Amino acid sequence: MPAPTAAPARTGPPAAPAPASGIRFDDVTVAYGRHGGHGEHTVLDSFDLTVEPGEVMALLGPSGSGKTTALRAVAGFVRPVRGRVLIGGRDVTDLPPYKRGIGMVVQQYALFPHMKVAENVAFGLKAQKAPRTEIPGRVAEALEMTGMAGYADRYPRELSGGQQQRVAIARALAIRPGVLLLDEPLSALDARLRSGMLAELARLHRELPDVSILYVTHDQVEALTLADRIAVLDQARLRDCGTPQQLYRSPRTAFTASFVGTANLLPVTVRRDGVEFAGRPLTVPVGEAAPGATATLCVRPHLIGLGASPAPGGNTLRGTVTELQWRGATHRLYVAAGGHRIMADVRELREPPALGTDIALHFAPEDAVLIPAGLAADGARHA
Amino acid sequence: MLVHSASARRALRAAFFLLFLPVFALPLLVIAAASFAGGWSGALPSHLTLTHYQDLARGSTVTALLTSVLTALAASAAALTAGTWAALAAQGLGRRARRLLDALFLLPVAVPSVVVGLSLLVAFSRPPFLLNGTPQIVIIAHTVLVTAFAYQSVTAALSRLDPAYEQSAAGLGARPAYVLWRVRMPLLLPSLTAAAGLCFALSMGELSATMMLYPPDWMPLPVQIFAATDRGALFTGAALAVALMATTLLVLAGVARIRTRAGYR
Ligand SMILES: Nc1ncnc2c1ncn2[C@@H]1O[C@H](COP(=O)(O)OP(=O)(O)O)[C@@H](O)[C@H]1O
Ligand SMILES: [Mg+2]
Repeated sequence: MPAPTAAPARTGPPAAPAPASGIRFDDVTVAYGRHGGHGEHTVLDSFDLTVEPGEVMALLGPSGSGKTTALRAVAGFVRPVRGRVLIGGRDVTDLPPYKRGIGMVVQQYALFPHMKVAENVAFGLKAQKAPRTEIPGRVAEALEMTGMAGYADRYPRELSGGQQQRVAIARALAIRPGVLLLDEPLSALDARLRSGMLAELARLHRELPDVSILYVTHDQVEALTLADRIAVLDQARLRDCGTPQQLYRSPRTAFTASFVGTANLLPVTVRRDGVEFAGRPLTVPVGEAAPGATATLCVRPHLIGLGASPAPGGNTLRGTVTELQWRGATHRLYVAAGGHRIMADVRELREPPALGTDIALHFAPEDAVLIPAGLAADGARHA
Repeated sequence: MLVHSASARRALRAAFFLLFLPVFALPLLVIAAASFAGGWSGALPSHLTLTHYQDLARGSTVTALLTSVLTALAASAAALTAGTWAALAAQGLGRRARRLLDALFLLPVAVPSVVVGLSLLVAFSRPPFLLNGTPQIVIIAHTVLVTAFAYQSVTAALSRLDPAYEQSAAGLGARPAYVLWRVRMPLLLPSLTAAAGLCFALSMGELSATMMLYPPDWMPLPVQIFAATDRGALFTGAALAVALMATTLLVLAGVARIRTRAGYR
């Protein structure tokens, strides 16, 4: 059933760059094993998300959380049992993949092994019957953009992983899609190549500001670096969504806190003007949390300092050093306090404390975030 | 198998040759030798001669060889088309329907080929399906017998084909037919040529169903070999067999060349 806003289906090849188009998941539920009889299992549950035109949205979540499934629902390789998928305001839920006008790069690249690089890149243009005279220019342009111009005559097997990756992106960009879907595009690359490609992807997006990108990753660094906004998935559900800063500074769920960056998550009881942790009061903003309720306090390790709080009103925790890791620029201390292990990242110490030493740690009230228990875990925030 | 020492490995290799050479190569060597023999009463053939081959060149052998090759080409082309088509169609079926199709295609292999020949004879003995005594019925029989192998090798190849290729193609805007011709078929090509070679070789050697069906003007070479040995002309039969083997190998070598050119992985 077409949405009232649906534009007429586009006929013929997109000659000009596709108009800026966003993606919208409208209450999308995907389940596998429906026809197999028993054990239908929901892989994406009531998923609501809007990717604005030209926005880079990262889908971040652990393996198996349903990220690829969400992407496949946009591409049309899996049909939602409920809900709609819209691209550029057009309901595409019932359209086959080849009518959706998307560019997609899958995890293993899937370059056609029997075609040279240039033929791979030209594939989408030929399949969509773009004017013959236009094809070489657009292939060259896409290869130029991804830095693969010198490899047009090679076969995919003659390329390194990073080069194959670029060709896969060139192939997707050649059709000038309004929407680019990337499924863990860097997961097959080694660490050094990965950070280089991250910068290149950022550059590509600056060159193509109208392309909406849905970027699937389980790597928080990729998400934090590249995305305008991050959608956090866990166990088939959207747990949180916001700008990287929002998610990092004020996570709304314990899951977000631990998945986006590193976090100390302390079980606390809410009091009138703070919380109680292991029988000791801590001063933190409690917001609307009801006194007496249990909650989780999130404190980032790098916001914890060594020693008792120098400022009045600061929080001090005492505990025993159980482990010490030297990380070059920083030391990470593991401190047992109140029956919990607290991580603190501090500037490299001249004289690090010995294991077993009792020390004090401090953090400022405004550096702690209270996560009320039972807050609708899948509530997406509005940026 | 864990074989560490060099001597053990050598012994193993020797055992391999001792066991397998006699089984596979010796019979062929014997036939090759017999085809040059004027007589064979001792351990080795005697009175080496080319007369058997000269007989071949004079007689109906060339026609029979041509008949065999044409039959095999037609049957393997038909089998490959039908087998590939069915294998592709089977992908879109449910599990139960697919199993049924698998069984159906396995039938001609499970049933003795004499029975296949007889059943075709009975089925096509009356108008409107009167094919008895025509070359077509031989080709149909061969097609029925080898399609199973085509179907199975294409099915196996399809199940190994990474769906990411066709999905990427579809994502780039390619319609299913375009994906089939530009992506799936080229990726299947190595398996298709392997299947074609297998079908061709099987058809070249088919005897039992052919015996029941062949008309006088469409006598494939195996029938001639059988007739020759049946009347006691063993050495002539050997020469015919060598001609059959050589032709089959020649065609298979040609197919292998296509395969290596198609082998991009
Ligand atoms: N074709 C399928 N059939 C059945 N289950 C599937 C299929 N594809 C994925 N799944 C299941 O769906 C869940 C989510 O998969 P996926 O979306 O690939 O996760 P992610 O990409 O986040 O790692 C997993 O538990 C996986 O086992
Ligand atoms: Mg995945």
